[in-house]
Amino acid sequence: MPEATTMEKVAVQVKVNGKTYPREVEPRMLLVEFLREACDLTGTHVGCDTTYCGACTVLLNGLAVKSCTTLAVQADGSEITTVEGLEKDGQLHPIQKAFGEAYGLQCGYCTPGLMLSAHQLLSKNPEPSEEEIRHAIAGNTCRCTGYMNVFKAIQFAGRKMKGD
Amino acid sequence: MLGQLGEGAKLLAGGQSLIPLLKLRFANPEHLVDLSFISGTSFINDNGSALHFGAMTRHAEIENSALARKIPVLHDCASGIADVQVRNRGTIGGSLAEADPSGDWANALLTLDTTIHCLGPNGTRAIPLKDFIKDAYTTALAHDELVSEVEVKIPPKGSGGAYLAFKRSAPVYPSASAAVQLTLVDDVCQDAAIALGCVGLTSIRATEAEAALRGKRLDDKTIATVAEAARAAADPQPDMRGSAEYKRQLVVALVKSTIAIAARRARGEQVEGTHLYA
Repeated sequence: MPEATTMEKVAVQVKVNGKTYPREVEPRMLLVEFLREACDLTGTHVGCDTTYCGACTVLLNGLAVKSCTTLAVQADGSEITTVEGLEKDGQLHPIQKAFGEAYGLQCGYCTPGLMLSAHQLLSKNPEPSEEEIRHAIAGNTCRCTGYMNVFKAIQFAGRKMKGD
Repeated sequence: MLGQLGEGAKLLAGGQSLIPLLKLRFANPEHLVDLSFISGTSFINDNGSALHFGAMTRHAEIENSALARKIPVLHDCASGIADVQVRNRGTIGGSLAEADPSGDWANALLTLDTTIHCLGPNGTRAIPLKDFIKDAYTTALAHDELVSEVEVKIPPKGSGGAYLAFKRSAPVYPSASAAVQLTLVDDVCQDAAIALGCVGLTSIRATEAEAALRGKRLDDKTIATVAEAARAAADPQPDMRGSAEYKRQLVVALVKSTIAIAARRARGEQVEGTHLYA
C-alpha cells in the first residue's frame, strides 16, 4: 500500500476508460477530485458530496461506486469507467442513445451517474422490471425530470444492448 | 503496524461510514490504514452450524449470496443498506467496528447468535456481539485490534426471522428499524429475540416484548401487547428524521410487520422483505 505522511504526495496509477493515469496525489484526495482535476475528466459530477445523490457514480472494476466517497488511493491499481468511457469510436453507447431517445433527462446533471448505475444493472440483467430498476438506481437522485422516463430509457437501453 | 502508528491511527475498510465522518471533521485521525490491500479477508463460509463472513465482505456480496439466504435476516439487511453504490463498497466488518447507532448490521445481527472474531498482536479474541458494541461509535476493540470475521449461528428448524428498516429514501440511514427472530412449535412461540435500531445510542434488545411473546400464540392481541412493550423499550432522540413520539410509533408498526414476516418464515414460507420507504 502507498506510504504517506501528512501532506506528502503519494503515487497512484489508475486505469480510466482504458488509459493509464499515473499521478502524484495527496492521500486525502477523493476519487472524484482525481478524475476531474488530475485526469481532466469533468463528465463525473459532484452533486451533494455527502454520499447521497449519486451524481458522482463511476464504475470501479465494473461496479457502481460513489466517487465522492472513495479516496483516490483506494482506487490505486484499479480500472474506472466514467461517462466519457461509454462511447466507442465516436458512437454513443446504447445507454446514452436510450436516455436521449426516451427523454430520460432534463438538465442532465444527474445523468452520468444514472447511466453508470444503469450500466451495472444491464450488464447482469438486460431485461429488468421496473422494481429491479428502482432497486438499482435508488442511489441516484434526479431533481428535475423525475424517474418515469429514466425507467423507460433503461428498459429501452437493455433491449438495444441485447439486440447488439 | 497499528502498534507503531499509535492511537491516532484509524482503519479504513469500505469507507462508506468513515469517509463522510472525515469530511465532517467528526473523525480526525493522524493516519488512515487501508485494509483493502490485505487479501483473503472477503469470504462467506458455511461450516454446517454457522455462517462465517470475512470482515471485508461487502454488503452487495452478502445480498447476492445464496449461502447468506440460509438466514433470511442477513439477506433482508444486506439488500436494504443504503443503495447499490454503498453496498458495493461498504463491509460487514467495517459497519460493526464503526458502531454507528443508525447502522443496520449491529441491529439485525443482535437477534442472532453472533460472535465477532478480533485479531490483534496477541492473537485472536471471540466476543459476543452484545458485548462487542459498548456505546455509540464505541466497541470492545483495542486500538491495535481489528475485526477479522463475523460468525452467525444458523437458527434451528422452526425458527424464522426478519429485519425491517424504515427510511425516507434509499441513501439515508433508517429512521427506525426492527429485527425479530422467533421459534414456533405448533404455532406457539417458544423463543423470541427482538432488537430495535436507531432509537437509542446502541441497538436495544426489547426484553419485555420478548417475554410477552414467549409461550403465546401469535394472535392480534399478543402482537399488540408485544409492540407496546417494544414502544416502551425504545429511547429515541428527536432529530431531522422525526420526533421521539413519531419514532416510537414507527417502532410499533415495524415490530408488528417484522413479527408477521418472521412467523411466516418460521412456518417455512418464502417471504421477501426488506427496507420500507416513506
